Amino acid sequence: MRLPCPICGERDRREFYYKGHALALNRPDPDADDAEWDDYVHLRDNPAGRTRDLWYHSAGCGAWIVVDRDTVTHEVFGATLAEDAEARDAAG
Amino acid sequence: MIDLDLTDPLAGVSPLQAPGVTLMVAGLGPLTLILPFRGKEDAVGAALGAELPAPGRSVQDGDRRITWFGKEAWLVSGAAVEADLSGLAAVTDQSDGWVAATLDGPAAREVLARLTPLDLRPTAFPVGAAARSELGHMPAAFIRTGEDRFAVMTFRSMAGTFWHELADAVRGVAARRGG
Ligand SMILES: [Zn+2]
Repeated sequence: MRLPCPICGERDRREFYYKGHALALNRPDPDADDAEWDDYVHLRDNPAGRTRDLWYHSAGCGAWIVVDRDTVTHEVFGATLAEDAEARDAAG
Repeated sequence: MIDLDLTDPLAGVSPLQAPGVTLMVAGLGPLTLILPFRGKEDAVGAALGAELPAPGRSVQDGDRRITWFGKEAWLVSGAAVEADLSGLAAVTDQSDGWVAATLDGPAAREVLARLTPLDLRPTAFPVGAAARSELGHMPAAFIRTGEDRFAVMTFRSMAGTFWHELADAVRGVAARRGG
């Protein structure tokens, strides 16, 4: 698998560290209730299909990116810098 | 004060010449890593008297080379940084932190193809291109310094493995080319 780093271009999967679903970027408010924090910290879907994951370009430029891909076909649709994805989510 | 001996991590290593490629230890001179503070890239460039190269690029200017070295990071090699960058960037002297080698010759790319997942074809990685990637399992940096010439760097602590992997790949390619 090759991932399109927004900074470096298309790179081999072995250059990246996998973190998990990009919902990690949507941190609850500090005073959110336990159920919400439990969901954020522990609960993940296991989608067969399209998903948005956080990857770290550890052996490359050092950017955190959000990759939009399909877990069934392995098709990769694109990637954005996590900081941009975060800003976009914050802007609603 | 304790006096530390300056030692060369690749001391005793000799250049390896094979059909199509020569592997040599490269002395990069002083290495300074520059991390401009947010929005200060242009000011850092002005202080250095050069434009900071775009991601994936490296520019030679006299003795000095400036190389994009990761997200919001640049490496100045070959000459010490005299400019005062206080207030503009985080600056660290990494001269003793890296080792480097040069691969020179028409088979240089073939040698690297055995060691890194980078696309090093001239269309994807032309002269002046720079990348952080892996060499074997080691974090490494790559610069294409000529049509058939590459500089490769890794951390000093991995010097032995670095040279071993490169020399092994050179011999393998040479054997295939009938050397
Ligand atoms: Zn990258």
